[in-house]
Amino acid sequence: MAKLEPAPMMTRLRRLNMAAYAPFIALLLLVIFSSIASDTFLMPRNITNVLRQVSYTGIIALGMTFVIIAGGIDLSVGSMVAVVGVLTIMIINGAGDGWWAVAMAVSSAIALGGVFGALNGLIITRGKVASFIATLATMSIFRSMALYISDAGEMVSTNAHFSDIGGGYLWGIPYPVWVFLLLAAVYHILLKHSAFGRHVCAIGSNPKVASYSAIKVRWVYFQTFVIAGASVGIAAVLLTSRLNSISPSDAGIFYELDAIAAVVIGGTALSGGKGTIWGTVIGVIILGIINNMLNLMGISPYLQGMVKGLVILIAVLVQFKGDR
Amino acid sequence: MKYKNNIMRKVIVFLMLITCIGTSYAAKYKIGVSVPSADHGWTAGLLWWANKAVKDFSEKEKDIEFYVVAASSGSKQVGDVEDLMVRDIDALVILPHNPATLQKVIEEAYDEGIYTVVVDRELAHPSQNVFIAGDNVGLGRVGAQWLAKQMSGKGNIVSIEGLQIPINKQRVDAFNEVMGNYPDIKVLDSQPGDWSTQKALTVMENFLQKYPKIDAVWCQDDDMLKGVLKAIEESGRTDIKTVLGGAGSKDIIKMIKSDSNKMVRATVTYPPSMIASGVALAVHGVKQEKLGDLYNEPSRIILDAQLVTKDNAEDFYFEDSPY
Repeated sequence: MAKLEPAPMMTRLRRLNMAAYAPFIALLLLVIFSSIASDTFLMPRNITNVLRQVSYTGIIALGMTFVIIAGGIDLSVGSMVAVVGVLTIMIINGAGDGWWAVAMAVSSAIALGGVFGALNGLIITRGKVASFIATLATMSIFRSMALYISDAGEMVSTNAHFSDIGGGYLWGIPYPVWVFLLLAAVYHILLKHSAFGRHVCAIGSNPKVASYSAIKVRWVYFQTFVIAGASVGIAAVLLTSRLNSISPSDAGIFYELDAIAAVVIGGTALSGGKGTIWGTVIGVIILGIINNMLNLMGISPYLQGMVKGLVILIAVLVQFKGDR
Repeated sequence: MKYKNNIMRKVIVFLMLITCIGTSYAAKYKIGVSVPSADHGWTAGLLWWANKAVKDFSEKEKDIEFYVVAASSGSKQVGDVEDLMVRDIDALVILPHNPATLQKVIEEAYDEGIYTVVVDRELAHPSQNVFIAGDNVGLGRVGAQWLAKQMSGKGNIVSIEGLQIPINKQRVDAFNEVMGNYPDIKVLDSQPGDWSTQKALTVMENFLQKYPKIDAVWCQDDDMLKGVLKAIEESGRTDIKTVLGGAGSKDIIKMIKSDSNKMVRATVTYPPSMIASGVALAVHGVKQEKLGDLYNEPSRIILDAQLVTKDNAEDFYFEDSPY
């Protein structure tokens, strides 16, 4: 009897690996397919282009990963981009010209994002409202704030240096991409190699057990929303700077869905408890490549949403087949 | 394993080469067309006309390749233009979702030497070879003149506005300026309906509640006109004699043509086919041809706002167009 044991162990191990590496394999297949289907796909300029396009929702998705692993969800991130963007432009135009104004705008954008995230966290943990409902409400509130403050008009920065952050390059790679990758590294360490990260996973998989193990469940949960908010702040300032302007009715529309889709494609369970940052990074890039390829291949714009939806479905079905 | 990879790589490189050669011989010029995706009837018409122009020119001009992309938001359209630039386009025809958001990326394209045609929505800092648009001031003015005449210079008007962007203001200001000449015409109220049928329906319902006597409705857009007509029909009111939309949608022109609703007797054009003219300009631009018999190069082209009535409705009716 003892001899038979290793065999099922091996199959289980193999199956586990398949599920864990599914996002990576999907990305690989997509890259191979894309490079065959389009001659422009592998051009360095196209690659940096795709990476820059995904970096804004990517940064948001990184923050969202913590919230989702902790068992929550944040629907307000898209609207938050708009309101933080509008406030950032007001701050930078008020602060005048010069680099210090840029520095002030950047730091206040991150701080503002953190504050709005904290607001979400407070409503959810103190008011004991389900995160879906609470952030559905703040989604509407943030968008409305952005529209009201700006009188629904597009706001343009008058600072000469501001557009350099989102539009600049270092060693041929756009700044937003650097920020995205660096932030991914930092968040990875935070999630996998810190007590906080382990607590996030613990409260996501079973909050009761977590609280018996002396984890301050509500405090940890609250912090995940602050992280998501601050990430939104970073994304908002990069996007605003790239465009040198912000449109309150248009900025961040459907970002919450793109971010959630990226997190899920990356293998993080929506029920919470487990997930990885690198998975999210891959999920983000997959979504970006799909978008890029649909454009490069000239697929009818009316069909693009369907292709995107199908790929999300397939990715998720492939990954979670192993769980059942 | 390594050997296999090598074969794989060779196959891919080979395939890429084939596609490279294939495309580089087929097309001498590449033209990218970027529009907002259909969020109301007019933009649906826009995409239809863009595709129609591309189809027409593809048959005539074998050495030009076209790419048409549509974006659901301004920031997505920035990505679309970036994608087109990666494909090394020689000309860009763009109707910007919102000008400020697109300003920088259009500037980048123009600075790269791409022949740039901006359609309908003007950039704050012009970065284009040609700008082509409908006549927004004219749409307001022509509409107001016709309406004033129909009302014999007296009565009550309610007005429903579009999205709160500069185009809307130009139309509304021109309309009010003409109406200023008619002291007996009173504009009772003016509310935004965002060029949406549904929003216009709600706004009109409120107007009907609020004002017991309305003689005419001006709503500058035929999509909104459908909402207005619905609200009037449901209320059963008979005091409203004239309603005027604008832009020239297929359904409304059909109504005018067939006299099926006596309130609807005219519209003023603001044609989505302007994108097709934009594509034509780009074709001339990349080939460095003069326009028609012109001796000069235009930098701004403003299309006439034409009054469509029963007499000329046939000329503006396109059966296949969605708008």
